[in-house]
Amino acid sequence: MEILEILLSENFWAAALRIATPLIFGVLGALICEKSGVLNLGIEGIFAAGAMAGWMAVWLGADLWTGLFFAALTGAFFGFIHAILTVPLGLSQHVSGLGITMFATSVSYFTYRTALPQVSSPPRIEPFQPLDIPILSDLPFLGPVLFQQTAMTWLALFLVALVWWVYNRTPLGQALRAVGDNPDAADAQGLSVYGLRIGAIVAGSACMALGGAFLTMSAFDAFFFGMVNGRGWVCIALVIFASWRPGKALLGALLFGAFDAFQVRLQTEVGAFLPSQVFLMAPYILSIFALVIVARRAEYPRALLTPWFKGQR
Amino acid sequence: MNNDTVLCLNNLSKRFGTIVANESVSIDLKRGEILSLLGENGAGKTTLMNMLFGHYMPDSGSIQVANVQGELAPLTLGHPQAALNAGIGMVHQHFTLAENLSAIDNILLGSESLFAWRRSMGAAREKINSIMLRTGLNAPLDTIVGQLSVGERQRVEILKALYRDARILVLDEPTAVLTPQEADTLFANIEVMTKDGLSVIFISHKLREVLAFSHRIAVLRHGKKVGEIATKEADEKIISRLMVGADTPSTPKEVLDVGAPVLQLIDLCAPGTSARSSLVRANLTVCASEIVGIAGISGNGQSTLAKVISGLTRPTSGRLEIDSEPVLTYTPASLLNAGVGRIPEDRHHDGVIGAMSVSENLAIERLDSSDIQKNGFLRKKKLKLNAQKLTQKYDIRGPGIESETRLLSGGNIQKLILARVFEASPKVILANQPTRGLDMGAVSEVGKRLLQARKRGAGILLISEDLDELMALADRIIIMHDGELHTAPSHDRAQIGLIMAGEIS
Repeated sequence: MEILEILLSENFWAAALRIATPLIFGVLGALICEKSGVLNLGIEGIFAAGAMAGWMAVWLGADLWTGLFFAALTGAFFGFIHAILTVPLGLSQHVSGLGITMFATSVSYFTYRTALPQVSSPPRIEPFQPLDIPILSDLPFLGPVLFQQTAMTWLALFLVALVWWVYNRTPLGQALRAVGDNPDAADAQGLSVYGLRIGAIVAGSACMALGGAFLTMSAFDAFFFGMVNGRGWVCIALVIFASWRPGKALLGALLFGAFDAFQVRLQTEVGAFLPSQVFLMAPYILSIFALVIVARRAEYPRALLTPWFKGQR
Repeated sequence: MNNDTVLCLNNLSKRFGTIVANESVSIDLKRGEILSLLGENGAGKTTLMNMLFGHYMPDSGSIQVANVQGELAPLTLGHPQAALNAGIGMVHQHFTLAENLSAIDNILLGSESLFAWRRSMGAAREKINSIMLRTGLNAPLDTIVGQLSVGERQRVEILKALYRDARILVLDEPTAVLTPQEADTLFANIEVMTKDGLSVIFISHKLREVLAFSHRIAVLRHGKKVGEIATKEADEKIISRLMVGADTPSTPKEVLDVGAPVLQLIDLCAPGTSARSSLVRANLTVCASEIVGIAGISGNGQSTLAKVISGLTRPTSGRLEIDSEPVLTYTPASLLNAGVGRIPEDRHHDGVIGAMSVSENLAIERLDSSDIQKNGFLRKKKLKLNAQKLTQKYDIRGPGIESETRLLSGGNIQKLILARVFEASPKVILANQPTRGLDMGAVSEVGKRLLQARKRGAGILLISEDLDELMALADRIIIMHDGELHTAPSHDRAQIGLIMAGEIS
């Protein structure tokens, strides 16, 4: 059976993990924002900005890690704008977030066009290479799946563990969870609700931008218009799927990655009978189904979307 | 200054826009003293305490707090952290707990350095355990707060303050959510703590507990302190005169002959939000010219009962009869037409539509009647006449009948709902927490109107958490616990309290 063959191939799982990597960054970033009580719909634009900034820094001569740093910094900048609008000013998180998406996307395209007015084929950079770890890379099955990914995939997996640790094992994590559940509780204990929320949005947005940077610095080697292609929105859905837990977020991203990798392979198998758009649609439809099943039990941060103002109760 | 004094509030004033919440209030507190702060709703009690705790910045005035050595030092205003450091702990009326964290995490929240890589809770746990042992305030520390009962949550709140070494504890309406027995236990615990030197300010409007448990009483009215009195020299009459500025006339209840049943629940089961609040084979009869009171701690099925009678929840089995006619369709409209008048629990949310005008809200339950609309168009003139008549008759005050209803005060919104309900002359009146959050004037107005309706021949189901109110108004009292109805053997407070807590049935 061909489908079984696909599911058992090393190639398929390696692709699933690779497709999942930007989503892991994105879903973690969205999770960090939302756990503090603020929805960040700027994610789609922050992805584009991260992709642009990281790639451009490297193209201008920086090394890859400096490029990543610039990508994160760009994300943090847009996150900070969103944070100021939604936290101390208490404006609509939806409107501000969508505004950030449009703003960040346009600024990225504009910068690209200004820097390269006449190029038809985008200039390439030398992207992150697969980390070849001796011995481990030669393991059957696991070797190609796990140990031939780029450093950014490892960074994403490390961030999952880090975020889990912060939320479950540190006082900072407790404080961040408290402002997302009942900001009054945090305020009454002398914590700064504004500080915690702004910090969370800035950190979360930096993380989202790394997801964007993965696209131009690891998955591909150049910047294209429209390359984010809805990945940010998928992350917003995946956070709900994950019920705001880092471990489940990883699972959700992998699941989506697997769906996507599967549809590409299925296209070559049975592509003759069905138009290719049906396959492109598949991961999204499957995600909606997964969401419907899981989201009813999701535990929302109670203060999500609710602005909090000092001195008002 | 006596060095027994631990706290001085000096001439504190606070305005919100044009509204004066506090005007030049001065209060002092002694070591080991229980001071109760009394006043009607909107008298400025909570505002005053929020200034003490740093939630609000006073417009003028100062606060001095005794430090560990007992010397008075000025407090930095407007910062909860400063108040915490000065040894002030506050338990808010609406608990400030993060429900997604465990009890111990809530207690420790904000007391640890934020940027530690891991937490060591051994010492903290030991300290909390010793506080629990000393004061008798017990709470399961590792349970998520969302799963705790209201009483347990309140104990977590107090532990939170004590863990931060509070020497002054402020309790904002601590007994509003407790059974009489839980309240007694709480005050017993507080008495133990004051022996250790803790000073307590508690806000309340229940005269009984104020007289029983405090040492001194300060009364606020319209944002000003109007009196201060040692509890031994006070009685209910003196205090209520201070609070309201005049004696409140209590309407005497007439003895009436009970008529035929107008509302009957027969073996009725209905799902609630939890197992505790689901109705299980409930049987209940309310007759004409009768007020039946439903007592109980909230969340024991009162809302479900109210929802069934309002047509918002469909019973799974059993019958509901209005005026001996079984109800077949459960929609708000069908029950309204069957003759049920409803005073909902959350008057702002379920009682009125805030963005619509007073005159529209007064007519909203009978939009299809011909004196309101004609051929699908509203008859604006009739609407206006109707509103003018009713605002006068029921003394509804506000910016005008064409202004948005949300601009009215809580008491006036309730009067608007009363006007709408009573003018329809319903056979059954469902009054769910009709006086919650109202001041004494409005409370006596609600009582008077309910008694009038009773005299007219309506059967009234009065759901309330205020036992005193039920004692004063109800002909019979029924207690809800775990979704079951228990008839109270008598108007005996202790007995009712035990049934409320599920101790006896």
